[in-house]
Formats: sequence, C-alpha cells, structure tokens
Amino acid sequence: MKSTFLIMRRELGAYLRSMSGYVIAAIVLLVDGLLFNALALSGEKLSSEVLSQFFFNSSGVVMVASVFISMRLFAEERQTGTLVLLASSPVHDWEIVIGKFLAALIFLMLIMAATVFMPLLIFVNGKISLGHMAAGYIGLLLLGAASLAIGTFGSSLARTQVLAAIFSGCIVVALIVCWMLAKVTEAPLNDMFTALALHGRHFPPFQAGAVHLRDVGYYLMVTYMALFSATRVMEARRWR
Amino acid sequence: MIEVKDLTKYYGEHAAIRDLNFTIERGEVIGFLGLNGAGKTTTLKVLGCVLLPTAGEVRVDGIDIAKDPHEIRRRIGFLPDAPPLYNEMTVGRYLTFAAELRGVSSGDAAARVAEAEEKTATRHVHDELISSLSHGFRQRVGVAQALVHKPKLLILDEPTSGLDPLQIIEMRTLIRNLRGVHTILLSSHILSEISQTCDRLLVIQAGEIVAQGTEQELASRMGAGGSVEVEVHGAAGRRVVDLVSSVPGVTAGTVVREADGVAVVRMQAAADLRPKIARVLVNGGLDLLRIDRGAAQLESIFLELTRNLADHPAGGGAGRSSNPPGAPRGIVQ
Repeated sequence: MKSTFLIMRRELGAYLRSMSGYVIAAIVLLVDGLLFNALALSGEKLSSEVLSQFFFNSSGVVMVASVFISMRLFAEERQTGTLVLLASSPVHDWEIVIGKFLAALIFLMLIMAATVFMPLLIFVNGKISLGHMAAGYIGLLLLGAASLAIGTFGSSLARTQVLAAIFSGCIVVALIVCWMLAKVTEAPLNDMFTALALHGRHFPPFQAGAVHLRDVGYYLMVTYMALFSATRVMEARRWR
Repeated sequence: MIEVKDLTKYYGEHAAIRDLNFTIERGEVIGFLGLNGAGKTTTLKVLGCVLLPTAGEVRVDGIDIAKDPHEIRRRIGFLPDAPPLYNEMTVGRYLTFAAELRGVSSGDAAARVAEAEEKTATRHVHDELISSLSHGFRQRVGVAQALVHKPKLLILDEPTSGLDPLQIIEMRTLIRNLRGVHTILLSSHILSEISQTCDRLLVIQAGEIVAQGTEQELASRMGAGGSVEVEVHGAAGRRVVDLVSSVPGVTAGTVVREADGVAVVRMQAAADLRPKIARVLVNGGLDLLRIDRGAAQLESIFLELTRNLADHPAGGGAGRSSNPPGAPRGIVQ
C-alpha cells in the first residue's frame, strides 16, 4: 500500500504542478457556473428543482472532465518513457493502477469541492435539504469514479493522450447510449441495456436526493471492472 | 549473479532475441555490444523485469525471473535508453520518490539520495526542476535513480547516448567509479565506450549472442590477433618490417607512412608482443618514438563478427534460424 500512496502522491503533485490540471479545473468551473446560471436559475422553480438541475448539469460536466483528467495517467508516461521507472520497480501493476486512479479521483474531488458555493447560493432565496445536497455529491463522486476508472482503462490501452481520450469517450458514450437503447428495444435486451446505463438509470435517484444501494453497487462495479481491466492490460504489456 | 539460459523474446511473430545464453559474475562490468535493432534493449528490459520472456530462464542472484520478478526488481537498478524523469519534479524529490518506490524507508531516503547525488555529481542541482536540466545532467540523474537504492545489479542502456565528448568522459569516469560496488551491465553501439569501461563483452547480432569474452579473447578467437603500430625516427620503414619479422607471432608488417622524418609501420601480433617488438627495434639501432596497440582493433573485431554473420545467415537473422535447439549458434562459442 505504501507504493500506492507514493504513486498517488506523485501523480496528484503532477496535476497540481501542471498547467493542464488548472486548465481542466478552470473549464469545469466555468461551464458548471454558466450552466447553473443559464439552466438551474432560470425561471421560477422550487429550490429542490434548482438543486436537482445543478446536479444534472454537473453530472455531464463530471463525465467529460473525467475523460480529460484520466487520459494522461498511462498514455503520457508511455509517451515520455517514464512508465519504465514504475515497471522496473518492485511495485505490483494493481498498485500502479490504484495509485494513479486515486490521484485522479482526489483531483476531481477538489474540483467538485470548488462547486459547492453554487448549491449554497440557493440558501440566499430558498431552502434545500443538506441530505439532498450530500446525496447529489455522493452521486457525482460515484459517477466520477466510474468515469475516471473507464478513463484509466482507456489510457492504459492507448499510445497517446488523444487516443486515450477517444477510447474512454467512446466507452462512456456507449454506456450512456445504453439508456436510449433500452427505450427502443424489448425484453430481455432492454433490461440489459437499462442495467448497463451509466447515467439515465442510476444517476437520477442521487439527483433527486435518494441513495439506493443498487445504484451505489452499479458505480462501484463499473469502477472495479474498469480498474481490473486496466491492471490486466498493464500485466499483458509485459508479455508483449 | 546473472544466469541466462535459452532466453527468447518474441514481439508477435518477430523474435527480438533468441536462445541467448550467458552468465555474469558478481562485480563484473559487462559491455553489451550490438548494432541498432540487434536486441540489446529487449534483453536489458527482460533482465530489468520490465518485460517477461517468451521462453528460457533468467536467474538473478539465484532467483527465477518468472517466479519472483518482484524480488529481482529490488536488486536491480535500471536506466533505460531515455532516462525516465518527471519534468515537473525537482531532482531531490524525484530521487526520493525513486528510492522509496524501491523499498528504501522514508528515514533512510534522504541519506541515500545524498549518496547517489554525490556519486553522480548532481548534489548542486538537488533543488532544480528536472525540466530545467541539460541533457548531460538528465542522464546523470537517470543514473542516480538507478543506484539510489544500492542495487546489486546496475543495468544501463546506452548511458552515453546523446552526450557531448566531455559528458561522455564524465559518464565513463562515473561508471568506472561504480565498479566494485555493483555488477554492471551496460549496452552501447559505441565501440570505444565498451572497450574502455568493461571487463568483458557480449556481442549481440540479430537477436543472438555471436561472441563473448574479453577484447583480447575475441581477437585471438577470431584469429585476427592484435595489431601493433610503431613509429620510428628516419625513413626506416623497410628496416622496421625486416626487424619485426624476426619476432615469433608477428606477421604482415606494412609501412603505413614514411614522411617528415618519421616512419609508421603496422603489423599483426598474435598476442600483446609490444615489449619484444620494442626491444628488437631498439637493439636494431632505431630511435623508437611510439609503440601502441592498433586503435581500430575492437572495431575490426566487431565488424568481422557482424560481417561473418551477414555472410553466413544460417543461425542469424531474427526469425530465420534453421539451427536445431541446443545446437551451437553464431561464430564464437
């Protein structure tokens, strides 16, 4: 676990010392703020509806941001040749994957923490439940973790960061589209697509302030599967 | 220290290395010599546990690479052809990270980093960002990360690549200073580099070891012997050839140059016969100005080895071997 912590600390430092980290954070905050102003605060709404709309907007931003945050994790190291340092050290591949993933997750959490002022603004003219707010942020965290894990997997496959972003983006979009496919297909296919849907099925309860074990389990499972696949890719690369 | 038996590594259908066999004793400095694409980097990556072999056996300190690569990685310091440096870190932070990653405790890390910086003369750039370092210093920091955890085996892939002449001399001195503390395996296609730094050579061509031994051993096995060059005062080239022909083991004396009051003669000598040759010339009444081994000795051995392989491709050329398993390969066994 010490190796995981070391890798996480170095990776987090790389986010905080690089221009790209701040650019991603700035864009996320700008887009989230604009959407909050344009969509959530427009017209007359109940406070809970404003909060729900904020979480809906943020979920989209979080998925896109996750793809861009995670694209560098392995692809950049492969491009610059630094992956050899980790590969020749007495560190298991799963420790490398987890360390990098946790760094990306903490960085995403820092960005999300910077958005808290928006729901708090609702208190100026309205009233919302802190439980609703907590549920929404738990949802964003789980959705972000799943998207980052998919991004980590994409980055482990790709030679360049651009390719990593494309791979991961395609997987995330495919999982989102599952919800639409579920609506136009019949059983048992629609049940399968519903269960797989990254956003349409599993995020709305969080958005509405409810935390269901089923949804938590789904996001944790996607995260685990993606990280497991990334570890297998890393191990397979040693045999190639 | 290292035992390699029938080591083979395929990339898809292509055999990058095939049936490599060699052993390296503790404390030796071994030069891995080969043209670009010969399989040097692949071999070093397998020994550095970055890649796993397709077939064969590698033991480091008696530990099988396939069974416990983790334990082997603790005993190895690896510098790939491009130093694995994080540009956004300072040298000190980077080396501390590398040390702790290789199992050095947080308490010992500072002392180990200071020691590695001392050895590689990078102490004064401890707080510098790696992105601001020159190529020479980047290479030094690359060596420092490889030895910061005091590994038993140091694997350096082309450590002088891209360095200017002064930096090459500094790197050569650095590697010489590491002799005795670590077993060192370094690769290069710069022949003089290998010749001046290493105890023994492994010559690889098209994924196979075609020769191994000291420079002298390779020369004598090739039947080429060594070459000796002498310079004497006056236009006495012919006389030098006559005198040295009387020394047993000296053949093919030829006058290379006879001008400006000096004569230069080159000859083939089966072993290092410089003392006998010098005595004969001085006793013959000649003024001996210079006597040394032929500068192009290693180059000629290397070219001969690779040329022979190209002329007799059976057993050479990746993926083309017709040798049965276990049969001798290459030129010098």
